[in-house]
Amino acid sequence: MYRRTLLAAAGPLAATLGVLNRASPARAEAPGVTATEIKIGQTQAYSGPASAYGAIGRGLTAFFKRVNDGGGIAGRRINFISVDDGYMPPKAVEQTRRLVEQEGVSFLLNSLGTPSNSAVQKYLNQKKVPQLFVSSGADKWANPKEFPWTIGWQPSYRTEAQIYAKHILQNKPGGKLAVLYQNDDFGKDYVAGLRDVLGDRYDRMLAKAVSYEVTDPTIDSQIVTLQGSGADVLVTAATPKFSAQAIRKIYDLNWKPLHFLTNVSSSVAAVINPAGPERAVGIILGGYVKEVSDPAWENDPGMNEWRAFMKEYMPGADLADANYPFSYGVGGTTVQVLKQCDGDFSRENILKQATNLQTLQLPTLLPGITVSTSSTNYHPIRQLQMHRWNGTRWERFGNVIEGSGD
Amino acid sequence: MRVLRFLAGLLFVAAAAGLAFAVSDYRLFQLTTVAVYAVAILGLALVTGFNGQISLGHGAFYAVGAYVTAILMAHYGVPYWATLPASAAICAALGFLIGLPALRLGGLYLALTTFALAVATPQLLKYHAFEGWTGGVQGLVLDKPDPPPGLPLPLNADQWLYLCTLGVSAVLFLLAANLVRGRIGLAMRAVRDHPLAAEATGIDVALLKTRTFAVSAMVTGVAGSMGAVAVGFVAPDSFTVMLSITLFVGLVVGGVASVAGPVFGGAFIAFLPNIAEDISKAAPGAVYGVVLIAFMFLLPSGVAGGLGRLLRRAARRPA
Repeated sequence: MYRRTLLAAAGPLAATLGVLNRASPARAEAPGVTATEIKIGQTQAYSGPASAYGAIGRGLTAFFKRVNDGGGIAGRRINFISVDDGYMPPKAVEQTRRLVEQEGVSFLLNSLGTPSNSAVQKYLNQKKVPQLFVSSGADKWANPKEFPWTIGWQPSYRTEAQIYAKHILQNKPGGKLAVLYQNDDFGKDYVAGLRDVLGDRYDRMLAKAVSYEVTDPTIDSQIVTLQGSGADVLVTAATPKFSAQAIRKIYDLNWKPLHFLTNVSSSVAAVINPAGPERAVGIILGGYVKEVSDPAWENDPGMNEWRAFMKEYMPGADLADANYPFSYGVGGTTVQVLKQCDGDFSRENILKQATNLQTLQLPTLLPGITVSTSSTNYHPIRQLQMHRWNGTRWERFGNVIEGSGD
Repeated sequence: MRVLRFLAGLLFVAAAAGLAFAVSDYRLFQLTTVAVYAVAILGLALVTGFNGQISLGHGAFYAVGAYVTAILMAHYGVPYWATLPASAAICAALGFLIGLPALRLGGLYLALTTFALAVATPQLLKYHAFEGWTGGVQGLVLDKPDPPPGLPLPLNADQWLYLCTLGVSAVLFLLAANLVRGRIGLAMRAVRDHPLAAEATGIDVALLKTRTFAVSAMVTGVAGSMGAVAVGFVAPDSFTVMLSITLFVGLVVGGVASVAGPVFGGAFIAFLPNIAEDISKAAPGAVYGVVLIAFMFLLPSGVAGGLGRLLRRAARRPA
């Protein structure tokens, strides 16, 4: 009896000791990299309010599976560890520390969300762990002086607004400008971007700028104010719900400005349909990823490649979900960085190559839109092509426009 | 029995402190989180478990505590330890004020009122009038406090923070245990079990409820302060209504009317999401739910209740 008790007690004790032992470092040539493997980490919202973005994590996981099936990179397979943070910053901190300290990843890739990435930015920069291609449109990721280990990927909100300003100068130089912006970093990035391009002309062109709070139930009164200012150009720097409200109210007021929406409001399901497709005709916004529904891509080699990938590695996934072409682009960029590393997978070199991309073309990005970085340019994608809602779908028009600034 | 319990607690704290030198920094961070959650749930246990008032809004007090510490540290350079009393005082006052009208509403209505508080908190934190202090949606980034120089043992920042958190938590648990065991604790339980009888014996039910709510808010607020420093970042998205629900889950899983229960509850809510995600990345929420239901069936009175039953059975059995 005594023996059995002892044995029963010994089991958990041994297990505990196993856990307690500090993980002994595997024979690695660089942090997270062995002769056969490269470990990459990501925090993603698989649960919680932003779980729709979980598709990005699943897309990237499938992407790296294909890379491994094709022999990996420099003889190493990619071990992509994507973990859930539920879009909660405290959880993101815990999970990021787990990835860095416990799993020992080489770098973080495309982790989701402005708050989550803000929460770990200081930690990662102190530890000198690359925080690559952050999945957020905030402009703050391009701050190489203070946070050299952090870099974004998609066009920032500020870049987007710069491009809108250029479009306005080209097409309506004498226009009277109205701006409706969400009173937070998201909205203010747009105001800053407009100012970047318009400079002191901003104040001269500006008829009225008003803000709203995310907590506001409606923005009707703001729209009425803006209409009263006599403006004929409107930039609505709003999230989907408010964009839909704006479209509806502007239509009801029979106001017909040249109306710009944000790229995040391009969703037909979340913005256009609630507002009414016929009310949104003529609305403009910038895009950089190929629209799956665009008939122009029916025989496009890039999209064919992507469709073949989806068919083989993500059967059953919703092809209309723009997160998949997005993640395909991020995956392609990462593979290019790792190829450029040329066998030297130290964190320093990975960062060096991530900030040394030259006009990289990706299968799921619009023609003419490329990824370029340098030690001073932390805006990998800084071009957009304008899209106009024609009543049934977004129609591309005009040339690719590049943002300004660095 | 009392001495025995105290010794057991002391032993537990000593063992937990010993872990600071045995496990990796990441595990220490997790354990710090467990301690923080345990204290937050302890606050909830005081009001819900011992006083019978359901609060679904304790995440709000957690948030206030976190922000008090964050604002004092980020804007006024106040050292970490000095922010704890400030946060305790502010949360207690807030708890008392909110308790005044809210506690006139009993049972489910109180649950809804506090739930509303939890729903409103992230939006209030984003409100632009406070933005200068709170940092708006962007939040505030905090420095991890370094251990003071001249310690007999060389500690790194994670070890120091863990030991600090453990120490504060131990004190709060001891205070809560004393409060619950004493005259006031008896009154709290009397109000929970039979408010009419309690009133008849001369207990000022409304005042006692309000005070309990204040103490409870204070304890949870201090947890928020410790959590803010452990994470090193506060933002409105950290304190959504899910936080309040999670604390409530931890309370029920740990054992509602128990001082030891929150420790189990804290460990549960800190570790279960990771386990759920390991099992299924596609539907971590479903796994979480299944585990939760299993817990409710197997341990209807929480982990602490289940353990207590086991101990009592063992004690009854002839040696």
